[in-house]
Formats: sequence, C-alpha cells, structure tokens
Amino acid sequence: MTHLLRRPETGAFAAFLLTYLFFALATPGTGFVSLNGTAGWLNLAAELGIVAIPVGLLMISGEFDLSIGSTVGAASMILALGTNQFGAPTWPMIGLALLAGAVIGLANGLAVVKTKLPSFIVTLATNFIVIGATMGLSRLIANVTSSSIFASDSAKLAFASRLGQANISILWWALVAYIGYRVLAKSSFGNWIYATGGNEDAARAAGVPVERVKIMLFVATGVCAALVGILQGIQWNSGNATYGMGYVFQAPIVVVIGGVLLTGGYGSVVGIVFGTALFGVISSGIFYTGWNTDWIQLFLGLLLAVAVLANNYVRRLALTAR
Amino acid sequence: MSNTLMELRNVDKFFGSTKALRDVSMAVQPGKILCLLGDNGAGKSTLIKVLSGYHQPTRGKIWFEGQETRFSGPREARQRGIATVHQNVGSIPLMSVGRNFFLGAEPVRGRWPFHSIDTQKANAIAVEQMQKFGLTRVTDGDQLVGTMSGGERQVLAIGRAMYFGAKMLILDEPTSALGVKEASIVLKMMRIARRNGAGIVFITHNARHAMSVGDDFCVLIQGEVAARFKRDEKSREDVLNLMAGGEDMTELEDDLEQID
Repeated sequence: MTHLLRRPETGAFAAFLLTYLFFALATPGTGFVSLNGTAGWLNLAAELGIVAIPVGLLMISGEFDLSIGSTVGAASMILALGTNQFGAPTWPMIGLALLAGAVIGLANGLAVVKTKLPSFIVTLATNFIVIGATMGLSRLIANVTSSSIFASDSAKLAFASRLGQANISILWWALVAYIGYRVLAKSSFGNWIYATGGNEDAARAAGVPVERVKIMLFVATGVCAALVGILQGIQWNSGNATYGMGYVFQAPIVVVIGGVLLTGGYGSVVGIVFGTALFGVISSGIFYTGWNTDWIQLFLGLLLAVAVLANNYVRRLALTAR
Repeated sequence: MSNTLMELRNVDKFFGSTKALRDVSMAVQPGKILCLLGDNGAGKSTLIKVLSGYHQPTRGKIWFEGQETRFSGPREARQRGIATVHQNVGSIPLMSVGRNFFLGAEPVRGRWPFHSIDTQKANAIAVEQMQKFGLTRVTDGDQLVGTMSGGERQVLAIGRAMYFGAKMLILDEPTSALGVKEASIVLKMMRIARRNGAGIVFITHNARHAMSVGDDFCVLIQGEVAARFKRDEKSREDVLNLMAGGEDMTELEDDLEQID
C-alpha cells in the first residue's frame, strides 16, 4: 500500500477517479458517461495534453516553459499566412510551423543554459516576444492578426478528422504520451532528465550532458506547442496569434496535479496524463451539471493547492527509510 | 617505487600572487591509502583539483602510471581512471539505487527506438556491488537513494567509481559529515577498495579517521607539505599538533576540559 502511495501518479489517478465518479453521479441521464460525453472531455484534454507532456518532462528536469502559448499562436499564423496570403501548399507550411516551434524552443534552451537565469523569467519574456512578433509581422504582411487557413485534404485528414464526436487530437495526445513515457521511464535520456532535475551537480559529475538535456526538452516543448497550433488552426480553419494563451498556466497546473514536483526530479508521464484528463473531466463535467462555468477556475485552483501539498507529502514518504 | 600510480614532483600552484601550493611532492601507491591532512585553508581543495585534472600545476610535474602527464581537464583524468568522490555531491536522492549507480552509463537492451534501460540488470549489479563493499542492509535496487544514510551514499559513490574501473580514488572528506557508526562503514569500505588494488587519496581533517586506515600520511600547512610519515611513525597527538601548525593541541584540549 505505501509502495503504491510512493508512486508519483497515484494521487493524480485517485483525484481523477473521484472527480469522474462525482460528475457521473451528479449528472445522471445527461450523457456525461456516454460515448459522446467521453469524447467531449477527451477532446478538451487532448490538446492541452500534447503540450503538458513535454512541459512536464521539462519541469522534471528543473525548468519551466511559459512561452508555449505564443508558440501555439505563431504556428497557426504561419500556417494561415502561408496557405492564405502566399497560396503555399499545406504540408511544407506545416513543416515550417513545426520548425518555428523548434527554433523558439532552441532559443529558450540556449538562453536558459547560457545565461543561467531562471527559465521562468526567460520564457515569460519569450512568450511576449513571440506573440508580439507574430502580431507585428502578421500586420506587416497582411494587415491582420488572424486569418483563414486553406488546408489540403490530406492535412485535414491528419489533423482535423473526427470519429463521431472524438477529435483526432486524442490520437496525437496518445502518441505524444507514449513517446514521452518511453523516453522518461525507459531510456537513458529519461534517467538523465531525472538526474538533471534531482541534483544537477551530481548529474554533471556522472557525465550527464545536463545542458543538452535541457535544450532538447525545450525544443521538444516548442515542437509540441507548434503541433497544437497546427491542430487548432486546421480544425477551426483559421490562425490567430492569441491561440494557446490559456495553456501558459494550464499546462504547468495539470503537470503539478499529475504529481510532478515543482522543484524537479520527480514525476511520471502516467501522472501527467491523469492530471490532464482530470482537467478535461472538470471542464466538461461542469457543463453537464448546469452550473456556471466560472466555477471551473475555482475548482482548478483548489486542486492545484491540494496537489502541491500532496506532492510534498508523497516526496517525504518516498524519502523515509523503510 | 616502480609501480607508483601517481606522483607529484615539486608542484606549485599560484593564483595571481596567491601561492596556493608550494613545492608539493607526494606519491600515490596502488593498494595503499594516502591520507592528506590539513586544517581549513591549508590547500587541500587546490591539491584535489590538481590531482583530479581540474587545475594544471603552475610549476612542477605530474607522473601518472610511469608517464609524465598533463591532464587537459577532469574528463581526461576520469577517463584515465581517476575518480573523485566529493563530500556532498554524487547521488540523487529521488532516484533508485540502480538508476543512480548506472547514471551516465545505463545498460540498455532492445533496439532503438524501443530500447529500454535494463533495470533488472542495473539493480542486480548495483546491489551486488554494494554488498561486496559491506553494505548488507541495501537489498532492493529500486530503493530510493534518499532513504539511505550519508555513509551508505558514500559507499554507493565509491562502489560506483570502483565498478567503472577507477584505479585511483580521491575521497574528499568522505567521513566528516557522518556520525561514528556511519563513518566506520565508509572506513571499512576504503579498506576493501584498498584490498582490491585501488590507490586511495583520503582527504580529511579528522586525525582519528586517518590513523585508523592510512598507510602514508601527508600534512599540509599553508600550501606546503609540513610533514610526511608512514603508519605507526607518529602518535595521534603529534598529528593533531602538526595539523594545527605546531601549536600544542593537547594543551588546548586540556584547557577546554578545565572549562567544563
């Protein structure tokens, strides 16, 4: 039993289960537990989940990324201006949008590693720089800050298909989660992520390239944020510089609810997935209860506070001699 | 002295006009423990950095395994088999014994991209090595290192260095933050490492710990070798007095006792 309690994802799983049961019991006959209802909360969780996983790995390595929001918007605008203003084919523009995400991540990573400043502040600056640049350049090029996207059919199939009510984003989320799980739990690189966040000096002394670890995680975060921008842009047929601003704090929130320590060095992808699913269940469940959706924020805030306390407790439990 | 592992000959290390080390000569033998004694500020840290390749000597020569050597940096020294274990740094509390032991050299099985760390192998080897060095309390490679005592963590770090082929161990104050029982675990481990043929440099300011395991002794005062002697050539009182720079420590201890 204590062995289970020590695992980083246990708390997130319990919270998810309780919340799910609560909404299932509080909204009988409304369809919350139906296939469509399930697709509903999975849709809400999926795109957040795609950014939450690399953000979570980054937090385990001891760093933050608050620039994800503007990267989502920038990627959608690259796709919009490319396909609309310049009539460029879709797939190369998707490649360009992903590349832009990688470049933003690389810039974040290099800035954090070289200046040794807190990534919290570095990426907050990046967030404003990128959204400002996206808006400014969009105005210069097309005198707009949002624009339609004309995606090819194959791109629509890959990024905007639906099966019943379920978006294909859910599959992308599953893919990113699977890769994240393999990397963190199974690969040497995952071991280095834990070590970098757990004790950077010790990791360096053992020959772990801590700078490279961090830079690669920043790049992965940028690419995943761009992927979300592409998904949203093609699903909604438009790009907008302000897409994704909600993720800036939602992503770290679900990561912490998922059991990742704010100080780094501890956490799991399974936990982050349950933290994100919990977010989906709350955001969607509130609709079924008929309550005002304003309560979502309150609910999330309370959950975050409880999660931080619980994580601290689990950490102490993990460190007590058996 | 034909099989000397590392030898310093008349080494000086200056930082600007500060003379951190002056005319230091010493030899590390395989299968021997060389104790480096000195009070705070005696130049022990600088000497460690010269031995581990972090600093190059301003003047003088380093010989390693019979060759005159100039390490380009700590990485080269590590590759040649010189491992440094620091007092605090070295383990990651929230990671398991197995994962700590193999950090940076994880055993993997399977093929990319479906390869994974061979946790079973890592755990088994880590526990086996720690048992070999006298840590019988650790039996589960999945145990988090944070649940182990300070002494056990030192043993993990030293065992790790030995497993990965260290010929020379530089132990920087491995016992000074530990209680009596914990320190004895580490001292026992040093004896086992010595029996396995490692040349050990044991840096400490605890004369009792040094006397209990040391073969050769070197006392450093203000960057200079103030005394050099072998086991049983000097008493603990003599050593304490030497470390304090000639002031009579036993007299000071007597004074202190009178205050109580």
